[in-house]
Amino acid sequence: MNLKKLNIENKKVRDLIPQAITILALLSVIIYFATNAQINMGNRGISFGFGFLNQEASFDITFSMIEYDGSHSYGRAFLVGLLNTILVSVIGIFFATIAGVIVGVSRLSENYLIAKVAEWYVEIFRNIPLILQIFFWYFAALRALPLPENGISFNDISFLTIKGWYVPKFIWTNFNIFLLSIIAAIIAIYFIKSYATKQREQFGKQLPTISLSILTLILLPLIGFLFFGVSLNFEYPVLKQLSPTVYTYAGGVSIIPELIALALALSMYTATFIAENVRAGILGVNKGQKEAAASIGLTKNQILKLVVMPQALRIIIPPTTNQYLNLTKNSSLAAAIAYPDIVLVFAGTALMQTGRAIEIISITMLTYLTLSISISIFMNWYNKKMAIKEK
Amino acid sequence: MNLIAKPSKKNIKTYLPVGVVLVTLSFLDVFINAFFSYNLLGFFPNQISYFSPLILGFIGFYLIRIEFSGVRSLDILNKNINSNNFNAFLTLLTVFIIIKSIPPLLNWFVLDANFLGNSKDDCTGDGACWVFIKVWFNRFMYGLYPDAEQWRINTAFLILFIIVGISFFVPSKLKKYFILFLVFIYPFLGIELISGGSFGLKYVETAAWGGLSLTFIISAFAILFCFPIGVFLALGRRSSLPAVRYVSIGFIELWRGVPLITVLFMSAVMFPMFLPDGTFIDKLIRVLIAITLFEAAYMAEVVRGGLQALPKGQYEAARSLGMGYWKMNLLIILPQALKLVIPGIANTLLALVKDTPLIFVVGLMELAGMIGLAKTNPKWLGMAMEGYVFAGLVFWVICYAMSRYSQNLEKKLSTER
Repeated sequence: MNLKKLNIENKKVRDLIPQAITILALLSVIIYFATNAQINMGNRGISFGFGFLNQEASFDITFSMIEYDGSHSYGRAFLVGLLNTILVSVIGIFFATIAGVIVGVSRLSENYLIAKVAEWYVEIFRNIPLILQIFFWYFAALRALPLPENGISFNDISFLTIKGWYVPKFIWTNFNIFLLSIIAAIIAIYFIKSYATKQREQFGKQLPTISLSILTLILLPLIGFLFFGVSLNFEYPVLKQLSPTVYTYAGGVSIIPELIALALALSMYTATFIAENVRAGILGVNKGQKEAAASIGLTKNQILKLVVMPQALRIIIPPTTNQYLNLTKNSSLAAAIAYPDIVLVFAGTALMQTGRAIEIISITMLTYLTLSISISIFMNWYNKKMAIKEK
Repeated sequence: MNLIAKPSKKNIKTYLPVGVVLVTLSFLDVFINAFFSYNLLGFFPNQISYFSPLILGFIGFYLIRIEFSGVRSLDILNKNINSNNFNAFLTLLTVFIIIKSIPPLLNWFVLDANFLGNSKDDCTGDGACWVFIKVWFNRFMYGLYPDAEQWRINTAFLILFIIVGISFFVPSKLKKYFILFLVFIYPFLGIELISGGSFGLKYVETAAWGGLSLTFIISAFAILFCFPIGVFLALGRRSSLPAVRYVSIGFIELWRGVPLITVLFMSAVMFPMFLPDGTFIDKLIRVLIAITLFEAAYMAEVVRGGLQALPKGQYEAARSLGMGYWKMNLLIILPQALKLVIPGIANTLLALVKDTPLIFVVGLMELAGMIGLAKTNPKWLGMAMEGYVFAGLVFWVICYAMSRYSQNLEKKLSTER
């Protein structure tokens, strides 16, 4: 009896010691760093705090999606950087997904040439460091583009030059109504989908859901255009002479070369990983599943849509989420080519000006942590939704 | 109606030659157009002439698509690149693009390129200026390391290669000692040799290190340290002790949630604030710590995958033999778990090597950084393309070899099981 009690106590003690050591070590490191930081900051006459976020930033940013100039605050500059990071990540994710799916499916093509080309695409772009790819596009490839006065023109609507890609600007009237009509269309499609499911499950009737959805998506905004005064005009970029030798384009939207290089490199690099995920996912579906589907008379498209894809997606989504996260984090390489993302604007320029290393680096890291965690929460939710269908 | 009958074995005698001629003609047209810029089918109107190889090839491929023709090579061809109209179209497009892109690439890389000379003025051709690489080669490999001392880096790497080479051939009993030497003694020896300061060797400060050799040095040390830390973190994350577990989880997720570039920024500007005033830690060491901790978090997740994949019975069996926690993990669990995740470990190491160019943000210059320096040299402006193509090739060879090796390892291990 006594022995047993001792044993339990022993185990408790045994468990406690390593935990206590861990916590003590962690605490002592934190305290050591904190005191040093306090002394150092005291020596330099700065105090810890986030008040500087309201001060005037007084530096310019080359590319901003919201109104910004030097008279705005550091907080605003942070927001500009954050939005630019999100912009390039979203563009990158969009194109990486498309390219990745195409390459991944091509790798499994029965066409030998296509499969080989896709394989070499993956092998080449996966094994070159991303930063070198960004440098290549920015310093080598995009620098070879012509000057504005003889830019490459696409039907005189948009122009590709060394200073960026000039595209027409959309000028909406009554944009709100257009947005509302799109939202209404999406809601309508949701109802169509659920109605179609009900019909199929109760009466075995197949409704042409896809064509109905597309029809709604066209019809509702069209009503907006015809009856509610929604209209869309384009403002085309026009060549303008600034001085005898310097030309530029006025009007339209200019996509800066930094953004093009970064988005291009990010999507081409990440596409290789997504392609491998897609390939693994499709290969991961049991061959018997396809054969069973074919034996009950499903067509090739039906097999792909109803049998292979739902199962493959379940394998594809988790690692692809990781790739989206990686892409978002890799977008911080923007700092290397001076694309004004959060690292360059905030951890670069703002830090240089204020000298508040601890606050700024912590905010930057926390922002990335939040972005990462929110993407992974969203994807976990999506993943769970996909998994429920499993029986 | 009979004239345009579906190609089959019956009319193979007429369709096959016609089809082969059409396909050959279309390839020939593109080939001659690309290499000698002469338009073979120029007698067609302009619009048709542009698409003529595509149309001819398409018709040709249609004609030779004969099922069960009895000609073996034709069947193989049809099966692989010509199984239906869409595939034939893709095949043609791919072949045309490849043929079209060979001459410009060949011109740039070899035919119009300049290999001889010592300055930018020697580059008179339209192609690449490989003189740039030739002149700067030493800098790209050794950074700003003094020319007279570069034999030390060479010797350090040579010793490493020789030891690794020998260790492949010695009996497995002796192998242990080689590995112990490599892990515990060689790193200090190598650093001593490269950094100098004693034994009559001139001291070379780390700011002068650079180029490809720095890539190797950083990768080697980060790999050496991140592996044990990663294993500890993985064990910590799987621990039954809440404090240990949560600290490990927090540590791993913190590093995995932020980009390496911010970690390097932190090591450069924020970390000195955390040390007593006046303490100075070498920039290279700070970077090494940052990269090591960062990659250790990824390594931990890979190792955790292996730990989770092991059946519970292994743990229980070890426990029932009376083994303690460390004995169980070191002798039973880890050897099996690590073997399971060798491909994952290799991928993490690959990512580590690919991440090393990022150290430019703190002012250290390995290969990519040295190219950035060289291309902004006033005497060598406009050499970005050559520089980055060269760096890309070097990294590609290294990373491709690593990934190939890990794939082979994976295959070898999967057949063993």
